[in-house]
Amino acid sequence: MKLRPIAAIALRQFYLMRSSPTRVLPMIAWVAIDIILWGFISRYLNTVASTGVNFISTLLGAVLFWDFFTRVMQGVTMAFFEDVWSRNFINVFATPLLISEYLTGLVLTGIATSLVGLMVMLVLATWLFGLPFFSLGLLLLPFLLVLFLFGIALGVLASAMVLRLGPASEWLVWPIPALLSPFVGVFYPLSVLPPWMQAVGHLLPPSYVFENMRSAVGGHGYSGNALLIGVALALLDILLAAWLFASIYRYAVRSGLLARYSAESVG
Amino acid sequence: MSGSAPAAAGSLKVPVAGAAADYALRADGLRKNYGTTVAVDGISFDVRAGEIVGLLGPNGAGKTSTINMILGVLQPSAGDIRIEGIELARRRSQALAHTNFAAVYAALPGNLTVYQNLRFFSLIYNVPAGSSRIEQLLDEFDLRRLRNTRSGVLSSGEQTRLALAKAMVNEPRLLLLDEPTASLDPSAANLIRSRIRAMAVRTGCGILWTSHNMYEVEEICDRVLFLSRGRILLEGDPRTLPHAHGASSLEELFIRLAREPLASAPLAAAVPPQQRDAPGTAP
Repeated sequence: MKLRPIAAIALRQFYLMRSSPTRVLPMIAWVAIDIILWGFISRYLNTVASTGVNFISTLLGAVLFWDFFTRVMQGVTMAFFEDVWSRNFINVFATPLLISEYLTGLVLTGIATSLVGLMVMLVLATWLFGLPFFSLGLLLLPFLLVLFLFGIALGVLASAMVLRLGPASEWLVWPIPALLSPFVGVFYPLSVLPPWMQAVGHLLPPSYVFENMRSAVGGHGYSGNALLIGVALALLDILLAAWLFASIYRYAVRSGLLARYSAESVG
Repeated sequence: MSGSAPAAAGSLKVPVAGAAADYALRADGLRKNYGTTVAVDGISFDVRAGEIVGLLGPNGAGKTSTINMILGVLQPSAGDIRIEGIELARRRSQALAHTNFAAVYAALPGNLTVYQNLRFFSLIYNVPAGSSRIEQLLDEFDLRRLRNTRSGVLSSGEQTRLALAKAMVNEPRLLLLDEPTASLDPSAANLIRSRIRAMAVRTGCGILWTSHNMYEVEEICDRVLFLSRGRILLEGDPRTLPHAHGASSLEELFIRLAREPLASAPLAAAVPPQQRDAPGTAP
């Protein structure tokens, strides 16, 4: 892999964002609204419930982690969608660019945009609601790592899906995090789920983050093994997603889909 | 350089001249099927360094499929493509590093400025000293005053100049131009043709050029390939080919071929017998 082609994909996104407030605003606005909404809900629950649970740490913390994961995924897919929207596939892929370089460029973009979202959420959650985010200490690293890796995997998967099914399938991408959230126990332990949902949840890396987060915040420690499973699953998902993208790309080259890719010709 | 149709009856081809030539492109037995539809039917041709070859044919003849296969965005069903001697199927990235293209159907992202587009593609093509190359191209294609203008708001002529500047960013050895002057006024088109011709002479870049403007083809191409229903029906010098085939102009020859796509025999019959074996019209 060469650095310049990877940098090109990330730089293009930077150019677009620098000149377009409509691209920057969603990175900030939606996470800010989520934090404010859930911050007040958490504060209210703290005043009415006498369970001893700090809802700011558990509920608002969970929202923050979940939004971070969502932003990673969307950062990857948004960079991909720029090529869909500008019908740029033939310009980009009729070049020496390798698929691995292209995907790495998308991931770099996802890192940058999700970090912006994370910073905004941290500032608001800490400043407005006193979220003791850093009280999790070094546990933050594996938590963020698992969510980050899984966000990349889903971003690549979603891009592969749109490449195969066409621009009209874009609407299928946005609800993916919402579809997963009941299974991974963002707001509740997996034990409250029926067995089949628990089984699905255990296959999804974020479930290991949220289970451990609640345990750590409740003073019950954490399971290093469970976090390792989460990291391993997320890495496996990335490999599967990259393989799927490469397979669909090869199909698109073989079938002529890539050369005539547009909303009118696909999907 | 040579080009050949499959062993179809009546196909005409030019004998190879300069066997030791430096080839920018060699396509051998190139074929593309979409299910049972044959878009490109086993064609072979090449483009030498510094040569401008016109790829002509009616709509649906297989020109764009051929170009897409050379660009690596469409996988041939059979056949072999070599760019600068590098096999595209096995060493795609290395082969495409020597290639670039401009096409009317592949506009550059309109939400990036002229400079940003050139910067983006200079990085994609891994161009060393990309900044100085971009400055050079801005001057060469009269784009300096448009440097910070979004390419989506450029006029057709300006967009064409930008597309050509992008196509030259990596100083390709093989340039594919799909109707590069289609949206230009005659004056602008003439200017662009002059520049491309000068560039081919200066850099030795081989060019494959498609156009429906026969005047343009006669003016700029060293050789043309007539494609119809995925086959090369004729090949030769655009200035002598019409006369050799009993047509008064390249346009008339084009129209005859387009309306009789499999009419190699009638066409050959129209050629005086003494000319059939003349250089450039080998049966």
